[in-house]
Amino acid sequence: MPGERLVVVGASLAGLRAVEAARRAGYDGEITLVGAEEHLPYDRPPLSKEFLTGEVEPNYFRDEESLRTELEVDLRLGTAASELRPAERTVVTGGVELAYTGLVIATGARARELPGTPALDGVYTLRELDDARRIRAALGPGVRAVVVGAGFIGSEIASSARAAGAEVTVLEAAPVPLAGAVGEQMGAACAGLHERNGTDVRCRATVAAIEGAGAVESVVLDDGTRLPADVVIVGIGAVPETRWLEGSGVILDDGVVCDETLNAGFPGVYAAGDLARWPNPLFGETMRLEHWTTAAEQGGLAARNAIHPEQARPCATVPYFWSDWYGSRIQFVGVPTADEVRVVAGDVASDSFLALYRRGDHVSGALGLNQRRPVMKLRALIGKHGTWQDALDVAAAG
Amino acid sequence: MRMHIDTDVCTGHGVCEGIRPDVFEVGDDGVVHLLTEEFTEDDRQDLEDAVDQCPTQALRLEG
Repeated sequence: MPGERLVVVGASLAGLRAVEAARRAGYDGEITLVGAEEHLPYDRPPLSKEFLTGEVEPNYFRDEESLRTELEVDLRLGTAASELRPAERTVVTGGVELAYTGLVIATGARARELPGTPALDGVYTLRELDDARRIRAALGPGVRAVVVGAGFIGSEIASSARAAGAEVTVLEAAPVPLAGAVGEQMGAACAGLHERNGTDVRCRATVAAIEGAGAVESVVLDDGTRLPADVVIVGIGAVPETRWLEGSGVILDDGVVCDETLNAGFPGVYAAGDLARWPNPLFGETMRLEHWTTAAEQGGLAARNAIHPEQARPCATVPYFWSDWYGSRIQFVGVPTADEVRVVAGDVASDSFLALYRRGDHVSGALGLNQRRPVMKLRALIGKHGTWQDALDVAAAG
Repeated sequence: MRMHIDTDVCTGHGVCEGIRPDVFEVGDDGVVHLLTEEFTEDDRQDLEDAVDQCPTQALRLEG
C-alpha cells in the first residue's frame, strides 16, 4: 500500500530472506535493507571452511541488480543503524531518520573477544568476510596456529588450518568441548575427529596472556605453558549485536526478547536470526539459535508477520545445525538436554555414527557424524513429538 | 510448479526433507531426490520454505 515501508536492519541471511519473503507475499510498499558491512549479502558458513583453504570466491546470494531492480530494494550498505524509536516508528541509520510501518531487526551477532587480548598482528576473530580474508592470508604450510575455543567455529577453523598445512593447537577452557551444544558424551566423541586428524586439543586450558612485539609470538596458559604461535584465532562464540537497541524500550536479555511470532514488544517490530530470543512452541522452551537455517526461516517469517501482523504465525521449529571438519559432516537436530543419549548406529571411535537423545518416552534430538540419510527423518519426527520407539525404528531402517 | 535440484551443489543436508518428507529424500548417494513432481498451490509455502532454507542453495522452484 502507498506510504508503507518495511525496513530490514541487517543485510545478511535473515535480512535477505526477509526482503525476499515480503516481495513474494505481494508486498508493494517500499523496502529498505540496511547493512553495516560494505558487502552484498553473502553466505557465512564457508568462511570457516573452504574459504580458508583456497582461493574460493565469496558466495554472494544475489547481485546488486537483482536486489535493486527485481526486489525493488532501497539498499543501504556500509550503513550501521544507531537508534530505534518504536513510539515514532523510526530507526536512525547512518545519521538519517527512516520511518517504517514494519521493521525486521536482523543485526545478528559479533564475535566474542577474549578479554585482555592485546592489539597484535596475527590475532584474529572470525565473523565477517574481511576477517576470513585476513586469516586465510595468515595460514599456510608450517604456520603455527593456535585456535582459542573448541566449539564449532574453532573446530572448523582448526580443520581448515590443518588442510592449509598449518600445525594446529586448539585450546578449550571447559573439560569437554561442545558440551553445551551436543552434551558431554557426544562432545567428546566429536573431539575425537581432531585427534584422528593430527590436531592437538587441550581441554581445561585457560589463556593467561597473548604475547608478542608488534606481531603475536606466543600464547601463555594459566599453568605457565608457553605455546609459540604465528597466528592466533579466537573462536569463543558470538554476542548478539543489540548495542544499537539499548535505550529503545525493546527488551534485551542476551538477544532481543520476542513473543512466539518474533514480535519484539512494539507494533510492527519483529526480530530474526542470531539475536532473536523467543519461546519455541514446539519445545515449550525459550531459545536463541545462531544457526543458518534458523536465520533463513525466521527472516521470512518475521517479514510476513511484520507486513500482516493480524495474521502473524508462531515460529515453531526444530533446531538444526551442521559442522564440517576434516571432510566429515556433523549434523544435529533438536535439543541436547536429555535423560539418555544412545548410540544406535556406527561407533563413536569411528568417522560414522548416529546418536539419539531421549526425554522420557520421546525423542528430543539426534546427532549424526556422516549419517546424512537418517538425520532429517529424525528432524521431522521430533517436530511431530515422535516417540523414542519411533526414533529407534527410523534409525534401524537406516 | 516445477522443483529443480542441482545435484552438483546439493550436499544432502536434507533440510527440505525435514520440511516435506513426502516430497524430498536424502538418498544413499548423499544427495536429495524428489519423491513426487505433482504439486498444488497448497504445497507452495512449504516448497518456498525448502528453497529458502537450503544451506547450499541447491533448490529452485519455477512457476
